[in-house]
Amino acid sequence: MASITFSELKGTSTRFWFLAGLIGLFAALGLGSAYYMEHHGHIVTGMNNSIVWGMPHVFAVFLIVAASGALNAASIASVFGKMAYKPLAPLSGLLAIALLAGGLTVLMLDLGRPDRLIIAMTYLNPKSVFAWNVLLYTGFFTFVAVYLWTMMDKTKVTYTKEAGMAAFIWRLVLTTGTGSIFGFLVAREPYSTALLAPMFIIMSFAYGMALYLLVLIAAYTGSGRPLGDAILQRLGRLLGVFVAAALYFVFVYHLTNLYFTKQHAVEKFILLDGGIYTTMFWLGQIIIGGVLPLIILLNAKLRASRTLLVAACLMIVVGGLAQMYVTIIGGQAFPLDIFPGWQESSSFFDGVTHHYAPSLPETLLGLGGLAIALLIVTLGVKVLRFLPASLADADVDPHKKA
Amino acid sequence: MSQPQNTENQSAQAVDEHRRNFIGTSAALATLTIAPGVMVYGLAHSKPADEPVSNKVRWGMLIDSSKCADGCTDCVTACFTENGISLPSTPPKETDSQWIRKVELKDMRTSRTQSLPVMCQHCEEPPCVDVCPTGASFKRADGIVLVDRHICIGCRYCMMACPYKARSFVHETLTDQNPDVPRGKGCVESCTMCVQRVDQGLNPACADACTKAGHQAILFGDLNDPNSEIAKRIASKATVQLRADLALNPGIRYEGF
Amino acid sequence: MMAWLASHRMWKWTAGIIAVLCLSIAYAASSSAPSVGPKIVIDKTRSGDHCVEDTAFMRKNHMKLLLHQRDETVHKGIRTTKYSLKNCISCHASTKDNRVIGDDEHFCQGCHTYAAVTLDCWECHANKARPAPAAIATTLPAPAAIATTLPAPAESVEGEKK
Repeated sequence: MASITFSELKGTSTRFWFLAGLIGLFAALGLGSAYYMEHHGHIVTGMNNSIVWGMPHVFAVFLIVAASGALNAASIASVFGKMAYKPLAPLSGLLAIALLAGGLTVLMLDLGRPDRLIIAMTYLNPKSVFAWNVLLYTGFFTFVAVYLWTMMDKTKVTYTKEAGMAAFIWRLVLTTGTGSIFGFLVAREPYSTALLAPMFIIMSFAYGMALYLLVLIAAYTGSGRPLGDAILQRLGRLLGVFVAAALYFVFVYHLTNLYFTKQHAVEKFILLDGGIYTTMFWLGQIIIGGVLPLIILLNAKLRASRTLLVAACLMIVVGGLAQMYVTIIGGQAFPLDIFPGWQESSSFFDGVTHHYAPSLPETLLGLGGLAIALLIVTLGVKVLRFLPASLADADVDPHKKA
Repeated sequence: MSQPQNTENQSAQAVDEHRRNFIGTSAALATLTIAPGVMVYGLAHSKPADEPVSNKVRWGMLIDSSKCADGCTDCVTACFTENGISLPSTPPKETDSQWIRKVELKDMRTSRTQSLPVMCQHCEEPPCVDVCPTGASFKRADGIVLVDRHICIGCRYCMMACPYKARSFVHETLTDQNPDVPRGKGCVESCTMCVQRVDQGLNPACADACTKAGHQAILFGDLNDPNSEIAKRIASKATVQLRADLALNPGIRYEGF
Repeated sequence: MMAWLASHRMWKWTAGIIAVLCLSIAYAASSSAPSVGPKIVIDKTRSGDHCVEDTAFMRKNHMKLLLHQRDETVHKGIRTTKYSLKNCISCHASTKDNRVIGDDEHFCQGCHTYAAVTLDCWECHANKARPAPAAIATTLPAPAAIATTLPAPAESVEGEKK
């Protein structure tokens, strides 16, 4: 079997520097927005006492969830033993680290007191999911870094399987923790369910794989390296399965809520008369993020077209952001039911749908996180040997007839 | 306290009887002396400045909605004045801090209305304390739930977790704070049951304002002391806790609805 | 041989830079004290002529005192005044505008700007001294004024018995 050679991306073309520059611009805008928000206070954002988490968190949680899923391609090789995917593993690890770094940057810069970050790392409340997540995220960086090391250092290759298994288990725990951030909130009807943790896991599979495919196709098409259909078809079909599974979880979640009379009000809000949230749910999450990609990905003929494959992946990303918007912001827009059976009204916006209008600084901050993640990948593949020189069919799977 | 001078000169027999009488009289006199102090202590519920708070005491409030007047916001105004919070704008902005608010309730079936104030419920098992990553949201030994603004990083997770929407986030730079109530941009805050007053033996501002207005809808006291007025009222009348189904055991109780 | 020369040159440069640094520090340290240092104004008419601890101790440890006091007050409700921030301000506030920050002549800001240490306190804490305590009378008389211990006679009677 011909051995796969990894090499750095040359990265000397104008196109490459233009792309890096564009991504860098958004990253800089994101950092500038963070400074602006910290200096003036959150009054310059659309977040308020009723909607406390907004666009930055939509992006941050999306990136963190996708980070864990981006490791999938590597896990298929190391954990599930499918050797054909081994060449894909280093990029998968890099993308996972990059997405997590981008997501955490947004989260940390949105804090009311980001100068107190060191406190967040030294005073940890053992009962807080957030505190557990601080440890899980740090551990994730460590585990994936070690995993990458075992893959890229010839003398450590024998440990790849164990490192891959450890990283795989760790990311399942991490995504459970991320889902539980919402699942543990007993106060709010759209949250407080154990289902959110596994739902986030399956969504991480979908979002991570979609982003991985987009980065893979972009890197190979941009650099002119061969990328065979075999890999893409297999990953695309797997992505379809993930999207279907995610839709299943959403279905069970809403079906159960619809069965409880006390949850009818919140379900009516999300599914029927929540305005922007209803639109985001049906159009964004279900149709664009679910049904349309499924049609493409589960049909071999449609999937064979790279354009349609890229379109499906983009739609899944858009759908993922819409899902986060509905979950995070829609979940807060629905008022708390402090007095069941009574209609409430007050000067603190009890009993009414809470109003949220994303502002420019917070949206730029969210986009900045995505940009930082992409910047890490772009520069990473140029500096280190993450990408195989060729992923043509014959090189990837010598048993496959060309 | 005067000392009887003739004890020295008594014989052994007489000393015994006399001493017994004397001890009895002294004890009675001492009790009479201490008793007003104890009573005053009970009323003033203050502690010396250098003594830490303990869980022997659990502060709570009993709010009688039937006595709460529609349209009256004296408790809200008093809270804002005491704690140095700028009064909500008209119309109220969603970024304005509000530690206590009057909630107007309307029965969905009969359209009957009533009102009551809602603030931090000072739960015994506060969800906000569970979720705080740094431990800034904490419950003091005497039951008051506070935010340690030295450690708060402003993540607002406690605001997501609170079932009563009790917490506010400070969205802009503040100036001219009350020196007894430090508060600032980037931290989360909520009703402190006026700790700065309670530690000096006073009532929270809302309770005093309601009493001053003549409604007496808010009663503050030590839930752990069976002789306090609040403990006696809770033991004898039906009272409810908000969202009792969550089993958080708040220190604030309501009656009259 | 070339490698040794390169490292030798590096050590020469390193030694040179360290020497320059040492000379500049020595020069700075040797300057007469009054022309160096923050020009804060401590108005002794506000409170008397000494702080709760001596100057050298305060310079070195005031932050530790404050860090300890804040935890005691917030978490345990201990409100002793000796090391409380309000007490510091009551004496050290400028007589011009009653504040401790504002420009480099104010007490806290002056030293902190000189030492280049960020001041975080005033984001939340009021930086103005509060008016004279007599103006505010909201506390009840301390119950401790009334005797809370058993009077002595019981013991002395026992003593006489011997």
